[in-house]
Amino acid sequence: MFKNLMSWIEYRLPFMEKMNLHVMQYPAPKNFNFWYFFGSLAMLVLVNQILTGIWLTMNYVPSADGAFASVEYIMRDVDYGWLLRYMHSTGASAFFVVVYLHMLRGMMYGSYQKPRELLWIFGMLIFLVLMAEAFMGYLLPWGQMSFWGAQVIIGIFGTIPFIGEDLTLWIRGDYVISGATLNRFFALHVIALPLVLVILVFLHIMALHEVGSNNPDGIEIKKDNDGTVEQTEADKKFTFHQYFTRGGKKIIVDAIPFHPYYTVKDMVGVAGFLLVFAWVIFFFPEGGGFFLEPPNFEPANPLKTPAHIAPVWYFTPFYAILRAIPHPFMGAVAMFAAILALALLPWLDRGKVRSVRYRSSLHKINLVNFCVSFVALGVLGVLPATPTYTLLSQTFSFTYFGFFVLLFFYSKNEATKPLPVRLT
Amino acid sequence: MMKKLLSAAALLASSLAMAAGPAVPLDKAPIDLTDKVSLQNGAKLFQNYCLGCHQMQYQRYIRTFRDLDIPEDVGMANLMFTGEKVGDHITNSMSAKSGEKWFGATPPDLTNVARVRGPDWLYTYLRSFYADPSRPFGVNNDVFPMVGMPHVLQELQGKPYKAYETRLVDGEAKQVYVGIKTDGSGEMNSEEYDRAVADLVNYLEYVGEPTKLEAHALGVKVLVFLLIFFVLAYLLKKEYWRDVH
Repeated sequence: MFKNLMSWIEYRLPFMEKMNLHVMQYPAPKNFNFWYFFGSLAMLVLVNQILTGIWLTMNYVPSADGAFASVEYIMRDVDYGWLLRYMHSTGASAFFVVVYLHMLRGMMYGSYQKPRELLWIFGMLIFLVLMAEAFMGYLLPWGQMSFWGAQVIIGIFGTIPFIGEDLTLWIRGDYVISGATLNRFFALHVIALPLVLVILVFLHIMALHEVGSNNPDGIEIKKDNDGTVEQTEADKKFTFHQYFTRGGKKIIVDAIPFHPYYTVKDMVGVAGFLLVFAWVIFFFPEGGGFFLEPPNFEPANPLKTPAHIAPVWYFTPFYAILRAIPHPFMGAVAMFAAILALALLPWLDRGKVRSVRYRSSLHKINLVNFCVSFVALGVLGVLPATPTYTLLSQTFSFTYFGFFVLLFFYSKNEATKPLPVRLT
Repeated sequence: MMKKLLSAAALLASSLAMAAGPAVPLDKAPIDLTDKVSLQNGAKLFQNYCLGCHQMQYQRYIRTFRDLDIPEDVGMANLMFTGEKVGDHITNSMSAKSGEKWFGATPPDLTNVARVRGPDWLYTYLRSFYADPSRPFGVNNDVFPMVGMPHVLQELQGKPYKAYETRLVDGEAKQVYVGIKTDGSGEMNSEEYDRAVADLVNYLEYVGEPTKLEAHALGVKVLVFLLIFFVLAYLLKKEYWRDVH
């Protein structure tokens, strides 16, 4: 009876077939290390944000008069409201932690290189939408930092010549940040952007499964079936979906089915992540003032500017670049260029070898340079803009962009190490 | 290049440690959220000395009573003065407009003040008033210079003044600031006053996040569960991956 029902459904909607294709018979390289946890963790955090977000909206009041009080109501009067709120606010920061590490993984192992350019582009779009989502969400508690942080970030659009003023008016829906701004940000934050995010994540994964996962060695696990590479006994042990062998044109080596091997492995990653995540939620929900900034426990007051306005930590590397340039509009251009440069990595990197394991020392140093610049800019973006800090911001902005310029030139004829044929 | 980067990072780290703060070094507030006696005393002080001007508009009486082990009837008789219901928020009847007219700025709501300022700031601030005849209420404050707030705890502390001593510095007799002293007209001596302020700040810290102790207790259980889950997940992974290796 049950079997008949299942085949009735399968005939009309091939669910098991798709599960085999994408999960049970999806070939994943067998040498993933811990850097490969962050993709599944990003998915976990996305689900966390959506679920806690739904419950938060049940008691949140999206109006300039009611927003702050409703958040306090959630924190004090709603059963486990504090937990939902902290899971959501800490989740926002956790999202950026895992996404930044996920991106760094891609950079280390050249996961953006051909044929994974589109996969990388979808990832960058997710990153952009995520930034917009986080920014709009941060306005909703209607605290002092919500208001003044939004003022600064919307002001960035105001620096665009000719259309800037009108553009900020259009974004705010008012001459100042007001209830109108709050309501539209609420609509975008809870409906429009999450929907776009989920669609982009779907496309990201579809694009991934089409070209297959990269791995720490940066070599393909699907080899041409022309006799140059033979499958070993171990390779023949597993069944993969015929889609991936392209009708016998390819053979798959050093791969294991995603399920159960990586589902059980990712579960270890999930447990490890949740340990840290829960530790923050229950014991340090403000994240030392970086996840929830102290002035944000004071209601938004348009007449009282806080002594020091700093965006939330995950924006600060880009914010530091913005402030490093003396001209406001050029600063905004530099900031967007910093994100665009990342999106263009597949074309700026002209190398043929993907993984940092087999690339030149110059590339290794350059990658360290990128990480140091990014973190230093992040720290500088939190600090007030004193002359010394501005000079440091300029220096690190230079080295940040320097990473991409250097990469473009040396990657063409880079002295790389020989690649192995099989995964190590 | 690496050396330069490293030294720049070190420079950054050291300057971070000195990031902007109040002009006066803050004293550490002796916070203990499990000390119900201290919290109850803090609530009493708040109701008697602060509530006239400052509200706690997000905290309900009943919440304070339950969390601080104050029986409802005792709380109603001693901590509620104007016929509120226990489910009401802790508010007063001073309008924001009047407050601004009388003090120059509306006295802020204190529900979250410990989360905005931090307990150390509050603890030091309430112990840093000193007589200054140039100010409208005759007092000034080192932690919050030119503050519009009168020294409402003066009847407890006594009239505080900045004490100077004549000391020999490099062969010259100079007036050196030695701290804030009082004229002894208060109900409390200086240790008792510090203790009272500590209780009040303890209460403000509690009100800022009434769920803190509950969060810590639940947090320990969650972490223990996750630790067990981590071990089981790891063993499961190891078992499955025997096929691969």
